[in-house]
Amino acid sequence: MHNKADNFLHQGVHPRKRKRERADARFHFYGLAAVSLALGFLVIFFIDIIGQALPAFHLTEVLVKVHYTEAVKSNYNKAIDHKLSRIVGRSWLRSLPMKIEANPALIGTEEELWIAADSRVDQYLKGHDGHGLKNKYRKIVDKMQQQGKVRDVFNWAFFQSGDSKLPESAGILAAAIGSLFTLLITMLVAVPIGVMTAIYLEEFATDNTFTRLVEVNINNLAAIPSILYGLLGLAIFINFMGVPRSSALAGGLTLALMTLPLIIIATRAALRAVPESIREAAFGLGASSLQVAWHHVLPLAMPGILTGSIIGLAQAMGETAPLIIVGMMAYIPDAPGSILEATTVLPAQIYTWSTESMRGYSERTAAGIMVLLTVLLSLNALAVKLRNRSEKNW
Amino acid sequence: MTTADLFLWFFGGLIPLAGFAYWLAQSKAIAAESAHTARFHSRPSFFGWYSLIWLALPAMAVALLCSILQMFHIYQIPGPILLATALILGMAGLWFSLTHMQADFRARQAVEKVMRSLLLTAATISILTTIGIVLSVVFESIRFFQVIPIWDFITGTKWQPDTAFLIGAGRGGEGVAPPLFGSLPIFAGTFMITLIAMLVAVPIGLFAAIYMSEYASHNNRGRLKPLLEILAGIPTVVYGFFAAITVSPFIVNVAHAMGLEADYTNALAPGLIMGVMIIPFMSSLSDDVIRAVPQELRDGALALGTTKAETIRHIVLPAAFPGIVSAFLLAVSRAIGETMIVVMAAGLRPNLTANPLEGMTTVTVKIVEALTGDQEFDSAFTLSAFALGLVLLTLTLILNIISAMVVRKFRQRYA
Repeated sequence: MHNKADNFLHQGVHPRKRKRERADARFHFYGLAAVSLALGFLVIFFIDIIGQALPAFHLTEVLVKVHYTEAVKSNYNKAIDHKLSRIVGRSWLRSLPMKIEANPALIGTEEELWIAADSRVDQYLKGHDGHGLKNKYRKIVDKMQQQGKVRDVFNWAFFQSGDSKLPESAGILAAAIGSLFTLLITMLVAVPIGVMTAIYLEEFATDNTFTRLVEVNINNLAAIPSILYGLLGLAIFINFMGVPRSSALAGGLTLALMTLPLIIIATRAALRAVPESIREAAFGLGASSLQVAWHHVLPLAMPGILTGSIIGLAQAMGETAPLIIVGMMAYIPDAPGSILEATTVLPAQIYTWSTESMRGYSERTAAGIMVLLTVLLSLNALAVKLRNRSEKNW
Repeated sequence: MTTADLFLWFFGGLIPLAGFAYWLAQSKAIAAESAHTARFHSRPSFFGWYSLIWLALPAMAVALLCSILQMFHIYQIPGPILLATALILGMAGLWFSLTHMQADFRARQAVEKVMRSLLLTAATISILTTIGIVLSVVFESIRFFQVIPIWDFITGTKWQPDTAFLIGAGRGGEGVAPPLFGSLPIFAGTFMITLIAMLVAVPIGLFAAIYMSEYASHNNRGRLKPLLEILAGIPTVVYGFFAAITVSPFIVNVAHAMGLEADYTNALAPGLIMGVMIIPFMSSLSDDVIRAVPQELRDGALALGTTKAETIRHIVLPAAFPGIVSAFLLAVSRAIGETMIVVMAAGLRPNLTANPLEGMTTVTVKIVEALTGDQEFDSAFTLSAFALGLVLLTLTLILNIISAMVVRKFRQRYA
């Protein structure tokens, strides 16, 4: 270390200078603290959500002896030991009469099967508070566990079934397909209209009152709360145009209007980034303005447009409020067959589960959130990757 | 024939026919050119497009006209007749376009004219959206204010809409108390939660922006910014779950340990989480404006001997102030309109209080409450959602316009 006293600037550091330097360091620290706080929250948030979600990905199965008899057709509880009727999941029990109808040869036989346990049993074995399992059943479960009649398996039902009134068989499949339908409509409506609007504004529009009105309007639309789009969807699409309530069409159109400004803004930025020399070269060869836009500007701006569209659609996919208003939070156990049928979507499904009181739904809410976040973060990562790869310095 | 079938038949027929029209006209043009019978003004593909347009536009115009007639309940045209009319008109259009195929016909100009108007139509849709939002909110609000005086709505302090259903169903008698729609406690709740959110988002967002733009290296900034923006990419329903399940009980426990009473639907939990959600808006927008401040200003200040912090505090921030104000206003409008976090974590009971540990409700919660479940557009309760929506729309529009004006001032200064 060199001797500071040799330097005339440092001959006896003035106390006020020291104070100022400390203030300087403090300010730097505040900035660092702000960033760390925000990122710290992110870490805590993910740990908390994943911690709550993980139990939902496995569930308890119990080994039961099933007797197929004539009486089961009218009362499915007769198929198993009376004591176990609260321990075995009810949705499986309810399917028994149909199974016997379909295969009458089963009557008179019996077999041992691993069956998904009731959600309360599942929660009790996972050691969660508020499992709601009565004391006498708890003893049975403990005994079964000692006999090795209880096992823990991966929860395939969560990905293979729709919503259910019984937590042990509630899954996200119906909501995922509903999300897909809704998003498809959003994409088909919002992307072409958004890109065309942006092309018009960037490549054709002259600076007149109409153009300025459109521009101000788009910026305003981008900042309007999403719930107001829900009111628009309800009043215009459903009440006025007669689109079926809760349908993927109503939700998709509503989300399309909501995403439109984002896509327009992103596309305009991408078009503006294409250098003027490209346009001039094409004009010089005799291309018309439409040919310039279609053959030269649009292909070069494509990566930017794709990035903007993906980000916009990802946002639409996570949106809940406008969809609740157009009725997409009803109890819908089956995947929709068409865009006019009542549908639910992933975020709405998460919301519906979060309002359920049974403990088994709580972890499924978190699991649904994990699935949704995985999809959304991968979409965003894809968009960022696309942007980085195609970033060009003209 | 259902509407869905009709759509399927219409587009299922239109798309292949349009492709056929394009192929027919284009190959005719190519054949004529290669046989040297004609030298056309435009490339063959433009003749293809020209025929395609003449086939599709009349058919689509018929369909549009019919759906408008049906939408206004004027006249319902049977599906098969609609399809037949569309087909005949489309074919007539195709034949008409083929008669145009002559050497000096400017097909390109004609096609481009149509394409231009198509682009213009697309641009008007954004305006139609705004008009749609305004109309849908205003019309139902007018119906609401016919029942409930606007002054009572704005200044009333009691929100008790329970009897509105009875009155809407025509069963409001002597014994039924009139419903009260005083929105003051609802707006008080909204502003309380917005205030809490801003108290979190403004300092953290602003300091994060200062750090990223002034202190962090280029590489670090490139890494930090996407990480912070993850916060904005998380769906609000997820934040709502986190606020309700994790943060709210935590606050209740902490308050209890400090000897305070807190509701599970306290305003603090949704406020704090909303603040976290808004951090990236605040930081990204502020980061942009801080970086837009010319480097000469910083160099000048540093050359006069100020420390880096002093330069930022006395030179950079005042210069970027209008941009930061505009970011702040956008963030406020975001917080006011935020729905899912408050629906899941804040209360349902309107409560006029200054204590953030008590449960209170917001405008968006009440809109959702009025529009989920049974909707009866005769009842003032359902219509109240649109009145609240009107206020929400007005508030956000005012905030956006002020913000845009402020940022324009900023741009003028350093453009």
